[in-house]
Amino acid sequence: MRDVAIVAAGMTRFGELWDASLRDLFAEAATEALKNAKADHLDALFVGNMSAGQFVGQEHLGPLLADELGMAGVAAARVESACASGGVALRSAFIEVASGASDVVLAAGVEKMTDSTEVTEVLATASDQELEAYHGITFPGLYAMIARAHMERWGTTEEDLSWVSVKNHKHGALNPKAQFRSAVSLDDVMRSSPVAEPLRLLHCSPVSDGAAAVLVVPLADAKRYTDRPVRIAASGLATGPMALASRKDIAFLDAVEASARRAYKMAGHGPADINVAEVHDCFAIAEICAIEALGLVERGTGNAAARKGDTALGGRLPVNTSGGLKAKGHPVGATGIAQAIEIFEQLRGEAGARQVADARVGLTQNMGGSGASSVVHIFERV
Amino acid sequence: MPSPRYWREVPARFRLEAVRCRGCGKVVYPARRVCPGCRGTDLEPLALSRSGTVVTSTVIHVAPAEFAMETPYAVAIVETPEGARLMAQVVDCELPEVKPGLKVNLEFRLIRQEGHGGILCYGHKAVPEA
Repeated sequence: MRDVAIVAAGMTRFGELWDASLRDLFAEAATEALKNAKADHLDALFVGNMSAGQFVGQEHLGPLLADELGMAGVAAARVESACASGGVALRSAFIEVASGASDVVLAAGVEKMTDSTEVTEVLATASDQELEAYHGITFPGLYAMIARAHMERWGTTEEDLSWVSVKNHKHGALNPKAQFRSAVSLDDVMRSSPVAEPLRLLHCSPVSDGAAAVLVVPLADAKRYTDRPVRIAASGLATGPMALASRKDIAFLDAVEASARRAYKMAGHGPADINVAEVHDCFAIAEICAIEALGLVERGTGNAAARKGDTALGGRLPVNTSGGLKAKGHPVGATGIAQAIEIFEQLRGEAGARQVADARVGLTQNMGGSGASSVVHIFERV
Repeated sequence: MPSPRYWREVPARFRLEAVRCRGCGKVVYPARRVCPGCRGTDLEPLALSRSGTVVTSTVIHVAPAEFAMETPYAVAIVETPEGARLMAQVVDCELPEVKPGLKVNLEFRLIRQEGHGGILCYGHKAVPEA
């Protein structure tokens, strides 16, 4: 396998972007990445997208979006793994370049959610339709069940969940691309309306539009495009049982642990080597479970991390410096790429007010559904 | 849900038909061709008991359109005496009492109506033991 690097990134603002279509969003992010690298061609394009077919009635995004760049003819395909689609698109690009099959690959992600009137129903298709959605469960409902199981097992409280939201909003307030650039208080979170008990509105990531793209090339070619490439040291993908009822421990995300184990092994790093991480906080409980399964904290202690400030900017291990899905926004297919862009900027020292001092190794974790798929990438400053 | 799909799911939804793996003993609901525990394919049919215990739960306040008139409603994962786990709404009770450890019976109920034809879709809901 060849060493692989990210050399450029492009990203729209995340939010309710009513004046932009799916293809507008993609084209904005993709052209920014290509322009930043001064790249004049692509060998391949992978587009992470969960459900354009249901959100805007458009499938077959590979050719549509290659054409949108004036690159009809290029190898292009959509990649889907629910909310992990962006992360899996990045993995596809990584393997395409590492294998030697291609030299210049764009990994992108896009989701246009606000054109749909049935967002809750569409998202629920990432759960088990026959065993779960049939009974009226929603995505907040599935994570609420994980939260209640974590409360039973580890004594986690609603306040612990709320500190995750407070932290991520504080970070998001510093991110010009974030959907919510405002802090919220513990009281704001604890008094927000219930969505699926014990989860409240401010424990949930929003419905968002947005796109993100990164240019992936062999490390040996990287200096042609930038002075500061970021090496993709590892990619780990794993799956777990789809239905919550089929999992051994509902309060633990096995797929996240397995994806991390594979990535740590490939990178030759362990959790202690990570300086900054972006994890999939689609709901506050998801960040708590993710940092446990990634080994960034001990199992059962993730509930205290945000409250104690360990995972805040300036803490022992800053998590979701971008604001996370909670504050930055969660256009589902774009999320995995946007996470990689936050780490790319952190390792290049370009994160401005969100910069983690001397960050050398970063990690992203992007998951699908209620944690049935998870993809972890590890990045290194070159 | 088109009617053939609904009809196909009747054994699991109406009769709670599961399988027990003759290799590792795992009980799997609904029936499958391959045991998720040991990948064995020698599976014997088994009907689940219509009772169980709540493992975890939630109360839904923001629902999909077809359940919007029912909010707030409780949904739980219930473990049957055979060790199978399934998701079901918990009804005929005060919502705050739906917590892990609650003993329930599984009763045959209307779950939803689907499509323009309003097909009545049945299944099981959990009701706390008296």
